[in-house]
Amino acid sequence: MASGRDDFIIAIRSAFLKKSNKQQFSLLALIFFSIFLIFLSNLNFIGIKYIKIGINEATYRLSALISYPEKKLSDSINFFSAYFNAYEENRNLKIKIDELNNDKLNYIFLENENKRLKEIVGENNQISEGIVSRVLIDKEGKFLRSIILNKGSKDGVKLGMVVLEKNYLVGQIIEVNYTTSRAILISDLNSNIPVVVEPGSFQSILSGTGKDYGVIKYSKDQLIFDEYNIVYTSGSGGNFRSGLPIGKINNEIENLAVEFFSDLSQLSYVKIQSLEAAEQ
Amino acid sequence: MTLKKINFKNKLFKYFPLVLLYFSVLNEFDIDVTSFGLLSFNLPFIIIFYWSLKDPDHIGNGLIFISGILNDVTLGYPIGVSSFVYLTIISFAAYLRNITLRPNIFKDSLVFLIAILFANSVNALILSFVFGIQINFFEIIANITFTFLLYFLFARIFNFLTPKGT
Repeated sequence: MASGRDDFIIAIRSAFLKKSNKQQFSLLALIFFSIFLIFLSNLNFIGIKYIKIGINEATYRLSALISYPEKKLSDSINFFSAYFNAYEENRNLKIKIDELNNDKLNYIFLENENKRLKEIVGENNQISEGIVSRVLIDKEGKFLRSIILNKGSKDGVKLGMVVLEKNYLVGQIIEVNYTTSRAILISDLNSNIPVVVEPGSFQSILSGTGKDYGVIKYSKDQLIFDEYNIVYTSGSGGNFRSGLPIGKINNEIENLAVEFFSDLSQLSYVKIQSLEAAEQ
Repeated sequence: MTLKKINFKNKLFKYFPLVLLYFSVLNEFDIDVTSFGLLSFNLPFIIIFYWSLKDPDHIGNGLIFISGILNDVTLGYPIGVSSFVYLTIISFAAYLRNITLRPNIFKDSLVFLIAILFANSVNALILSFVFGIQINFFEIIANITFTFLLYFLFARIFNFLTPKGT
């Protein structure tokens, strides 16, 4: 019995403390060092922050370079897939264009009327032009859904800026380095956005699911939506300006699921925009 | 000529696990092949466990520690988390190496399963309780299952690639 315990202790001691000739560090020393790093990260220690920015700059570029062949392969597959669906897609698009042309006339009228009414109530939304940025890496980790962009503090990117693809909301800047930045996607589990569901102006929260769709949560009443309901940012909380389109309700995926307008796995170029909606 | 060929092959083999580890950490498919739904596996776990068990001098502990830092940076995790998780995997492998006289793939894989269960639990605990990051546990379980199942395949491939007599 005592011998068995001794063997166990010897094996453990050997595993953690013994270094072979080629090993520079013992396992135990490295484990303590990593715990120390986690502790410093948790405290948001300023030194760690600058070291991280330095490592980020180098790693993002290296990672983008290494991921390049795989990304190109993925793009090629998407290209051929789109090519074979072109005929069907063209026919559907023609029908859609007709519908949209009809709607456009109404929208122009409503837009002008909206502008006029805003002038009357004295609201002046100043929205920055935006910084066009290329997506360097679109990693989908187990826990975080984020993208790395090739614009950083050098180009005027700041924390909290919104990330748009076309005019659809796709994420928000959560980390800024000198020449790169990271944006959390709206599909991330940790993403919660105040939204309004139109028509009806129902205020709610859109939460990410970690998949390619979101869900409407924390609504005041038991709501019933269908695919005609569109989800926009509500502007509550001040993190996002109001009226940014996000997606439409699709109950086929899940109850109160929101199908995003943008395909978050296919982002190539995005626009980073600051929130300068000055209410006068 | 043949000697040169053997030398080249040995050199290639010497750096192969390290290159594969860094490539998988820095590449898009480092931790998940999420495009296939729930089919996701952790290649760095397999590489680290296998080589720490078979030949710990092939990839140094320090280099594995650095690969963890790079993984944290690329995935946006707090610095030190992946390094710590990788080191726990090495601990299991080192313990198994010390107590094993006759290696057996099934015993190895059983310890590997315990190691990845422990490592993922530690990872999830640190991320959710210390840093408040929300986690989808169902995905983690799927990831653990596929990582465990694919260990047999990768162990066979690595065995096949290892030059005889090393």
